[in-house]
Amino acid sequence: MIHARDLERRYGRRRILFGLDLDVERGAFVLVTGPNGSGKTTLLRLLAGLIAPTRGTLRVDTERAGIGYLAHEPLVYRELTAIENLDLFGRLYRVPERRERIGMLLERFGLWDARNERVSAYSRGMTQRLAVCRALLHEPELLVLDEPYSALDAQGIGLLDRELRELAGSRTIVVSTHDPDRLAPLATGRLALA
Amino acid sequence: MGLALFLALHVAPEDADQGISQRIFYIHVPIALTAYFCFGLGAWKALMLLWRGGERYDLESYVAIHQGTIFGTLTLLTGAIWAKASWGVWWTWSSRQLVLFLVLFLFYGAYFMLRYSLEEGARRARTSAVYALFGVALIPVSFLAIRLAEDFIHPTVFTRDGPQMTGTMFLAFCVSWAAVTLLAYVLYRVELVGKRLDADLRELRESLT
Amino acid sequence: MTYLADVAALTQKDLRVELRARDTLPAMLLFVLSTLVVLHFALPSGTGDAAAYGVLWVAIVFTALLGLARAWVPEHEHGVLDGLVLAPCDRSAIWLGKTLATLSFLLASQAVALPAFVLFFAPLDATAVAAVILVDVGICAVGSLTAAMAAAGRARELLLPLLVLPLAIPLVVGGVGAAVADAGERYLLLLALYDAVFAVLSWASFEYVVTE
Repeated sequence: MIHARDLERRYGRRRILFGLDLDVERGAFVLVTGPNGSGKTTLLRLLAGLIAPTRGTLRVDTERAGIGYLAHEPLVYRELTAIENLDLFGRLYRVPERRERIGMLLERFGLWDARNERVSAYSRGMTQRLAVCRALLHEPELLVLDEPYSALDAQGIGLLDRELRELAGSRTIVVSTHDPDRLAPLATGRLALA
Repeated sequence: MGLALFLALHVAPEDADQGISQRIFYIHVPIALTAYFCFGLGAWKALMLLWRGGERYDLESYVAIHQGTIFGTLTLLTGAIWAKASWGVWWTWSSRQLVLFLVLFLFYGAYFMLRYSLEEGARRARTSAVYALFGVALIPVSFLAIRLAEDFIHPTVFTRDGPQMTGTMFLAFCVSWAAVTLLAYVLYRVELVGKRLDADLRELRESLT
Repeated sequence: MTYLADVAALTQKDLRVELRARDTLPAMLLFVLSTLVVLHFALPSGTGDAAAYGVLWVAIVFTALLGLARAWVPEHEHGVLDGLVLAPCDRSAIWLGKTLATLSFLLASQAVALPAFVLFFAPLDATAVAAVILVDVGICAVGSLTAAMAAAGRARELLLPLLVLPLAIPLVVGGVGAAVADAGERYLLLLALYDAVFAVLSWASFEYVVTE
């Protein structure tokens, strides 16, 4: 599903990634590890399609509608409620039976009671849980998750664990993490960036 | 270039009503035309960048616009000299060309501010390209706006009929125009090569570390 | 017509965000009034009605700048713009939604500004009001795009006016001309031409400004 050859990405004059070769099959579960500054976020942004490589080739066999991306930032509007946020993205992603899907996700991630409150009133953990809902909303074939556990609260961690366990195998999942042991049982491959 | 200057200042007979100031035309108008051409070239390269996506177009567009801005500034300066010689003032709002160049100066000045505020890369290249395209769209629209703002006509050399431009004068003008265009082209290539060398040198240095 | 549905969703989002945050619109209203008052004091007596019409367009342009400076702020909080760019919708829809919303705010501020202008300075005829609307469209179209350009870099608050003001010159000429000249229609045509050219350009090039 993902094929990269000699991938390079620079910011201004600095080369963040170079000479990277990567092959990920459909249904794989890849853990990306490495110290801070090694380019994990850059690699994930490349896979999600937010940035383009400065050199080399990258092929991702799915379109924008098939990619779900979780960043460090939650990518939701502060002034809107959970339902309004998910409704907007649901419309943009043409999610069928939008209302039901949104309701189901909010319940799964324990946000149903807070669904009509603005995100500005949420805790960091709740906001991140909403971000996970947003990433999963359109049932993407490819999930690109950038350190998903770092901003989650205890409840969220457990819920995400459960979700990933269910999705592993039927989706292609790429996760960058500082805690590889947690997801090691699910992983089919690892990539360590230096 | 020296030949053109010589021709312009010594060979062309003085215009009956404008005197020595008419000679500035031989420099001023070609410089203005060259500036327009540079901005057009910059926009063309910008279009190529957005359409075809080759990395080199960004630098070519930038250098063309840089040259255009230099020649635009020269247009304003020579225009001011001409205004002083003709009317005794350093600036007048009644000259459409000068006002247009002032607007363009502001616009393309902002181009450089925009460019310097962004980090090198695809984002900067594309944003600059879009802005360059806006520039050429602005030229005719601004011109129309300035005209409608009711100024008197800036004497355009070619369209006036009658004995305004004799054969020798016309020849001198064309030589001058050719010379200025050649100068612009040389400067363009020199700057482009210089910038490319800089970029290559940087890459070399990086791959060695 | 999913494109229009996308635009509708995005415009609705922008209107909603502003109604919740309630910072930009009240500021624009107060700003335009303050500007009109300041400009009253800035014009010596005997300058006449014509100068007053100039005042109106300066006030409109600067109020628009105020609104535009805030236009993309919600998208930069929590990095939402990335989320919008990732969505399968056309990126130009993002621009169109934002432009329509900003236009609404500007028009709303003018519902206050125009009566105030008539009260403080001079009357406005139908041509002038038509010009106001056309100027609004033009400045919002170009402003949305340039605000997005400026937002990507450093010193975005400094950069936005520098980018917008040269582009606003034909709009000011058109506006003043429509209000002042006898044959105001020519100026309305200028404004319509500007709007057509620059709105299409902005719409088509937004994609390139917001992606890599």
